[in-house]
Amino acid sequence: MEFLTISLLYGVSYGLLLFMLSSGLTLIYSMMGVLNFAHASFYMLGAFFAFTISQLVGFWPALLLAPLAVGVLGAAFERYFLRRVHAFGHVPELLITFGLAFIVLELVQLVWGRASVDYRIPSQLEGALFSVYGTPFPMYRAFMMLVACLMLVSVWLLLKKTRIGLVIQAALTHPEAVEVLGHNVPRVFMLVFGGGAALAGLAGVIGGNAYVTEPNMAAAVGSIIFVVVVVGGLGSLGGALVASLLIGIVQTFAIGINVSLAGGLEMLGLQLSSSAFGYQILALKVSEVAPIMPYMLMVLVLIFRPKGLMGTREG
Amino acid sequence: MHRTIMKTFSLSMLAFSMSSAFAQQGETVKIAMIEGLSGAFANVGQNQLKSYQFVAERLSGTKNPAGVKFEFVPFDNKGSPQATLDQLKAATDQGFRYVTQGNSSAVAGALSDAVAKFNERNPGKEVIYINYAGVDPALTNERCNYWHFRVDADTSMKMEALTSFIKDEPKVKNVYLINQNYAHGQQVAKYFKEGIARKRPDVKIVGEDLHPIAQVKDFSPYVAKIKAAGADAIVTGNWGTDMTLLVKALNDAGMKLPLYAYYAGVSGTPTALAQGKDMNVSQVAISHSNFTGELRELRNEFKKKFNDDYYTFQTYLTVSMLAQGMANAKSTNPVKVAAAMEDMTFKGLGSEVKMRKSDHQLQQPLYISKWTKATAKDPYSEENTGFNFAVVKKIDAYISSTPTSCQMKRPS
Repeated sequence: MEFLTISLLYGVSYGLLLFMLSSGLTLIYSMMGVLNFAHASFYMLGAFFAFTISQLVGFWPALLLAPLAVGVLGAAFERYFLRRVHAFGHVPELLITFGLAFIVLELVQLVWGRASVDYRIPSQLEGALFSVYGTPFPMYRAFMMLVACLMLVSVWLLLKKTRIGLVIQAALTHPEAVEVLGHNVPRVFMLVFGGGAALAGLAGVIGGNAYVTEPNMAAAVGSIIFVVVVVGGLGSLGGALVASLLIGIVQTFAIGINVSLAGGLEMLGLQLSSSAFGYQILALKVSEVAPIMPYMLMVLVLIFRPKGLMGTREG
Repeated sequence: MHRTIMKTFSLSMLAFSMSSAFAQQGETVKIAMIEGLSGAFANVGQNQLKSYQFVAERLSGTKNPAGVKFEFVPFDNKGSPQATLDQLKAATDQGFRYVTQGNSSAVAGALSDAVAKFNERNPGKEVIYINYAGVDPALTNERCNYWHFRVDADTSMKMEALTSFIKDEPKVKNVYLINQNYAHGQQVAKYFKEGIARKRPDVKIVGEDLHPIAQVKDFSPYVAKIKAAGADAIVTGNWGTDMTLLVKALNDAGMKLPLYAYYAGVSGTPTALAQGKDMNVSQVAISHSNFTGELRELRNEFKKKFNDDYYTFQTYLTVSMLAQGMANAKSTNPVKVAAAMEDMTFKGLGSEVKMRKSDHQLQQPLYISKWTKATAKDPYSEENTGFNFAVVKKIDAYISSTPTSCQMKRPS
């Protein structure tokens, strides 16, 4: 029971951070059809901006200002670069975001250096919120979960219940018609891209001090957010949420499980010697393969349900 | 008449020996540093390049016994063994006779083999390889090679030192091992278990985890597992962000049990340790924060110049060893220097150290040092945190020394 509760708590909180990271990516994809390879770079920028801003005026202003700054940069990138290559199709779009990731990395190293920076969680959020079976649950983790939930609700409300949300959705499927009605469709796209970047920036503000703020952080999360988006279904916000939670929980539980296939066979009365064929693979404990589980999940999803768990596009 | 001849003879002998003693004086020795200078662990490689160049500058010319000038030239291998071989080719094409590398034992193994092969095929162009951080014991045992010299202590030695220390720590009864799942991490676990079984058979290994390198973002589940296992000490060879994130997760869970580590002082980790306030972290290494005299001055100047920490003391050992070797060989020719460095005693970190002839593994004291608040006497501040690694125990070279199975082929 103790194992179950603690693993569930950690799994959900890690899953919600993954969701924060991937929601912007899936939003941009669903609205614009652009697979943004620089998404994790915006996450990194968010963390570094928050570090600098929190040194100047404190963490709480940074929580607001850093995502805004990242959003403005994202919008500017869409306006002056992405829009120009949009006419040439998806591959150039993908390549320009790929290039942007490298440029952001070099710029970050130029400005903040190659080492990690000392970006700390604010003192108000230090310490434990409550404890489960004697293990303290950090207040900051609860804060991360809260921010993720707030983000989910507000993005959903914005898209489904407001006028601008309606325009965005309409611009996706019928851009000409929306344009004829007097809406500025390119500007809508710019806002969407900026908004998606800002969400990644927000994840950076929150994740940067919970984990490590360093120039390699973008590369470190880059692969996992693509897994989340592919498993959830490209372009589906709900899918990203489900996939994030699923990956977070599965991974956390797997780490706590110390059984292997060889051990299972042993219980059935089948004793394997260490020289048996494939013993090295059979003897791998579930906990050892935990970190590659998301990738195995992605492969399975691509084989059996290419559009993803909640995707609408046919693979 | 007879006397005059004798006098002239002895004078000319003296002059001859004088001139030959300083034949290498004033020469410039160029050393190729083949290292991951971009990519995932670039911050570590860049720091070490600066360290090498800084030490070379300080110990050049009259500051070293050979009177030579040292120059370190970077070659970026991006952390990959394959690119390392290309960079070795580039370096030898440019006439480099000395190479150095450290990060990753996988790269060290590939480079050691390649250097041996190159020297066999190119007599007269021999290259010496100085390994400053690849700690796989195989490199000085079954895979040993005459042209490879290691100035760091290997994992078998570090674990010998650590288990000798834990032998006298009665509070440590249940140990949890958490390591990166590749050669280095697996060896840490293996040699720890071997050593502790010999010295403290009552110590139980209550759990063991191997996790993929640089893949885990959140160590909390591992920490929960460590707690559930009832461990009262942790041993880890983790480095880089894997070390930093582990420390953060321990701190989040309010776990204050002693953590014994290899690389708690490497870029980024001290900053994370400082966030944990009273973390109970010790490291086993060839160095610590409280050297005095020349080494303290060196660290302070490095910090002033780069606002970064000098933590790879092996760079100092490399330069000191080569200088003494060249002075003894009276030459900068790698063939003569390699022969001179065998069983050579030279100035190490605060004491004389010896390059063992049988396997080219440097024999030097190791230190168990603990993360402590800086004091007036030992004021060094790691990553400007106000903390440093204070010596708890010095393990003499003869204690941490481990036997070798090396059967080295020497050039005839």
